[in-house]
Amino acid sequence: MRDLAWLIPLFPLVAFGLITALGRRLPGEGSHVAVAGIGLSALLSIGIFVEMAFGAPPAEMTVRWMMLGGNPLELGFRVDHLTTIMLLVVTVVGSMIFIYSIGYMHGDPRFPRFFAYLSLFAASMLLLVLADNLLFLYAGWELVGLCSYLLIGFYFERPSAARASLKAFLTTRVGDFFMFLGILLVFLTLGSFRFEEIFARVREGALAGATIGGLPLLTLAAVLIFGGAVGKSAQVPLHTWLPDAMEGPTPVSALIHAATMVAAGVYLVARTFTLFLDWPAAGALHGGAALQAVAYVGGITALMAATIAVVQDDIKRVLAYSTISQLGLMMLGLGMLGYTAGMFHLMTHAFFKALLFLGAGSVIHAMGTNDIKAMGGLARTMPSTYWTFLIGALALAGVPPLAGFWSKDEILLEAFHHNTGLFVMAALTSLLTAFYMFRVIFYTFTGTLRSHDAHPHESPPVMTLPLWVLAGFSAVVGLVGAPMLGNPMHRFLHFEGVAAVPFSVGLALLSTAIAGAGILAAAVTYRWGIVPSSALRRAAGPLYALVVRKYYFDELYALAVVRPVLWIGRSLRVFDVYVIDMLVNLIGVGVVALARLYRLFDLYVVDGVVNLVGWTAKALGGTLRYVQTGRAQNYLLAIALGVIVIVAAGLLR
Amino acid sequence: MAVGLTHFLVVGALLFCLGLYGVLTRRNAVAILMGIELMLNAANINLIAFNKYVAPAALDGQVFALVVITLAACEVGVGLALVITAYRNLETVYVDRIDVLKW
Amino acid sequence: MERYLLTITVFLPLLGALAILLIPKGREELMRWVAVAAAALAFLASLWILGPYEIGKAGMQLQERYLWIPGIGINYHLGVDGLGLPLLLMTTLLSLLSVIYSWRVDLRVKEYLFLFLLLETGTLGVFVALDFFLFFVFWEITLVPMYLLIGIWGGPRREYAAIKFFLYTLVGSLAMLLAIMLLYFSSEPRTFGIMELIGQQPLAKAPTLAALAFWGFFLSFAIKVPMWPFHTWLPDAHVEAPTAGSVILAAVLLKMGTYGFVRISLPMLPETFKLFAMPVAILALLGIVYGALVAMAQTDLKKLVAYSSVNHMGYVMLGVAAAAGAVGIPEKAHAATIALNGAVFEMVAHGIITGALFLIVGVIYDYRAHTRGVNEFGGLGARLPVYTGVTMMAMLASLGLPGLMGFVAEFLIFVGSFGVFPELTAVALTGVIFSAAMFLWTIQRIFLGPPNPRWAHLPDLDRREVISLAPLAALMLIFGVYPRALLDVINVAMTSLVTVLR
Repeated sequence: MRDLAWLIPLFPLVAFGLITALGRRLPGEGSHVAVAGIGLSALLSIGIFVEMAFGAPPAEMTVRWMMLGGNPLELGFRVDHLTTIMLLVVTVVGSMIFIYSIGYMHGDPRFPRFFAYLSLFAASMLLLVLADNLLFLYAGWELVGLCSYLLIGFYFERPSAARASLKAFLTTRVGDFFMFLGILLVFLTLGSFRFEEIFARVREGALAGATIGGLPLLTLAAVLIFGGAVGKSAQVPLHTWLPDAMEGPTPVSALIHAATMVAAGVYLVARTFTLFLDWPAAGALHGGAALQAVAYVGGITALMAATIAVVQDDIKRVLAYSTISQLGLMMLGLGMLGYTAGMFHLMTHAFFKALLFLGAGSVIHAMGTNDIKAMGGLARTMPSTYWTFLIGALALAGVPPLAGFWSKDEILLEAFHHNTGLFVMAALTSLLTAFYMFRVIFYTFTGTLRSHDAHPHESPPVMTLPLWVLAGFSAVVGLVGAPMLGNPMHRFLHFEGVAAVPFSVGLALLSTAIAGAGILAAAVTYRWGIVPSSALRRAAGPLYALVVRKYYFDELYALAVVRPVLWIGRSLRVFDVYVIDMLVNLIGVGVVALARLYRLFDLYVVDGVVNLVGWTAKALGGTLRYVQTGRAQNYLLAIALGVIVIVAAGLLR
Repeated sequence: MAVGLTHFLVVGALLFCLGLYGVLTRRNAVAILMGIELMLNAANINLIAFNKYVAPAALDGQVFALVVITLAACEVGVGLALVITAYRNLETVYVDRIDVLKW
Repeated sequence: MERYLLTITVFLPLLGALAILLIPKGREELMRWVAVAAAALAFLASLWILGPYEIGKAGMQLQERYLWIPGIGINYHLGVDGLGLPLLLMTTLLSLLSVIYSWRVDLRVKEYLFLFLLLETGTLGVFVALDFFLFFVFWEITLVPMYLLIGIWGGPRREYAAIKFFLYTLVGSLAMLLAIMLLYFSSEPRTFGIMELIGQQPLAKAPTLAALAFWGFFLSFAIKVPMWPFHTWLPDAHVEAPTAGSVILAAVLLKMGTYGFVRISLPMLPETFKLFAMPVAILALLGIVYGALVAMAQTDLKKLVAYSSVNHMGYVMLGVAAAAGAVGIPEKAHAATIALNGAVFEMVAHGIITGALFLIVGVIYDYRAHTRGVNEFGGLGARLPVYTGVTMMAMLASLGLPGLMGFVAEFLIFVGSFGVFPELTAVALTGVIFSAAMFLWTIQRIFLGPPNPRWAHLPDLDRREVISLAPLAALMLIFGVYPRALLDVINVAMTSLVTVLR
């Protein structure tokens, strides 16, 4: 089964090709083909997962991609435990979202194209996950970026969507720039793109003590690669694109900008985890400076995004900031040596965040607006959506025994053991998470409908069915990390040499209490109105302004990056035309002036002489032409006279 | 007074001068042809005279004279034909009127 | 027949050109068919080369060598290797597509087609000539038809652009002629043979003369490439040239410069090139960053593509300079091989991608909107789906999206040159961000946003345009996914070149 892993990205790719070529002529206008593609991939992924769970060793398959000099560049796929988890998440969550999209996108003029893009995305994402080398990973990485670009800009008639897609692509490309540099650095020093070879060399201590430009090489490479993750996973300071990316259709937000693509950054760090550690290791493994950077970036992102999420009124933007915040938590977990914790949270988050987005999509579908302040009381009209959304929110808030609780608890545990400052940040984030999620729930589903021109209705089964499936997963998938069941997650996926922090009941209780406090605070403010939100706003004062303006990141970038670059571009254009080209033209004009000078000389001196000769010849000719009478008799006479003269001369001599 | 080489040469020269005069002064093509004939005959007299007085044993002079006579006959034939053609086409035999090639 | 395959390929277009001269006026349709037939036959002949050509074998193949002017050592010497073959194939393909695209040209058709085919013969000759005299002749042959194509069938400022192009390249040719003379008079026995001169290394012991010859070649090739700061003829020439002329100019003529660097400067004057590798790399870097930034500020679509050419040719030159910088350092030979592979791959990739981009600009400008102002469009994506798809594909390929051709090229160049000039390469990488910004912003301004009612009547691509563009799009994808198809050919030549340099 594992030998067939190369088929996994192929199914959606074939679906993409078919839909692009045939479009509306396919069954379900292409949607069935897309669902079939991802569905087959999901089946295969589940098969591989089962195989791996029963202890099959990792498998590899490579092809010779090119020859470079005498050295072949052999690249391919690798199925190991980390890959298996990602395959499962991508294909299962993906299948649900594909099915949901049939209902959500119904009647869209570009319906087939949507499924083509989704399939291309799935193929790229699976390529990224299966890659056994940095090159394929980078290729998949860029391709998912492209799909993200295409899908954010799916409603490209809206200028805001067009702008958001551009912003997303370029912001992540800044991260990719660093990542590519990191890849180059790794290849230059270790001579390989393949993870296994790279890691083996690093473990041997091949880069120990090596520096480049005064910086430790391994740390530099790891930080550069992490740069890619910062862009893709929307970590500070490259997080600004993700909220804008909500311009895309909601299933896209669920699949790409919540469950899979944005998690690729976390996956990348996990995949290249070896690079972030100190080698050669004696005894327990330690994180290097790069891993510290991961932890702090994650922590700051988590807390900052959570604060912004509290003040957002657009339901999708709340979820977007929540995603950024949760991704930050995952990074934090990885940064605290919590390899399993980070990946575990990635997995659970994929399920409940996809669920939340799809639930939000269902609400938006019914309401026609994203503004939670225009909603209210939807629990009555949309029961399925409400209940599933509630399960998702509880899972996200970290209420036991739902999925989020287990994974978040592990991250808190790791942080608690390694760094108190970061633990406080993570705990605060949890509190805010529970608060803003229930703020949304209370605004949206309880009370009375505030908008008067909306007629909400429950979504069709093709949309609610995936909601229930995902809700089921969100409820139970966390149990794979439950210590009372022996924590199968840990046994399945762990980093060799990193000891797991033992489960602590006290911390679990604290974590539950934090979630409860957050929910309670939200209820106090938004359900019962004991403390009106306007009072909170006043109390926060300038802090509120700061948060509402999203810490002024967009303004800062516009001022410090976008405008200067455009300005430089424009000035260089002017420079090009008025300096370089002017020089060229000046040389041209100089040569022409010189040529004029020569022309005068030519005209009056050189040509004068020539003309003189010509004139002389002409004058002579003019005179002599009268000799040419054309009468033979005249010539004859001349000949006769000539003879006489010659004879006379001969006689007289 | 014995008739010597000089006499023949004088006759030849006179005849040549007459012919040349005719060629140079006449405008009538037929007259010019006649002048040419005179000049050729003058040459013939010279050839024969030299043959007789300078190298009586050789026949070269006579042979050349015969060639010239033949040539003269041909020339008259072609020349008269040309004149007749010119007359037919241009209705003149005066050489200064035959000027269609002149620009 | 196979013995003369190169000659046949090179001169088939010329034959077609002469045939067109014999066609009486007024039979334009026939002329077009003859031109297409000639170009197609040349393309088929170049494909035929793949038959007898042994991919795994280094060195020149299918050589033809006859005494031409024996008194001064001039031969008619043709040959092809892994460097010339891809360029040869690309030239015949793009010429064919350009002729097909030019179907609707109706001003002085006879002269147009004649010049076009003459141009093709010249460019093909450059890529297979192995004698400097012959090389120079072909090099100059390309100049005149291009000058006339711009000057007669060009846009409003065509005369200025044509003269600028002509003078610029002529100055370069002169410099090259001097360099050739230097080499010729230093060789023993005297020869114009490129291979023989590489073997002799006549200037190895005379560094001053070698530097002189290097800069002579440099000026000529750098103007053709064009490298910063000799690039200003390019935007003008491109903007004014007719579409097919732009295609050939960008796709083929620019490659003559980089081809010269790889074929001549590098193996003939390796030590000298190494000495100046750093300055050349810095100029290349300037071209990369500067080209992308200036392109971003353009509002004329054709100028934008032209400046993106400056950017991409900068990548090629970075790879070549990196290979030069690694001369004589065995441990960097592998990096040099990768960089050169990338440079040659980028030559082909740029040819195909930019060729497609110019056709794309032509599609919208020549027969539809009659404007190239990027800001005047908007929302075409909904109106012209096929056109939008092809354009996006070409632009994404150009900005280096994995899975398309440009990525492989840029990737190899970066990997290779990073091993030689790490700092410069790191800076050059920023060009990738800028070119992404430039192309995506362009896509946004032209295709996205609300549909502009002014363009509501525009039709999508017609059949002939699809025929011209589809092969290019297919190649972008094929070589992007399976670069071995091309790299196996290139790699052999580049490996042996690096072996010579080491």
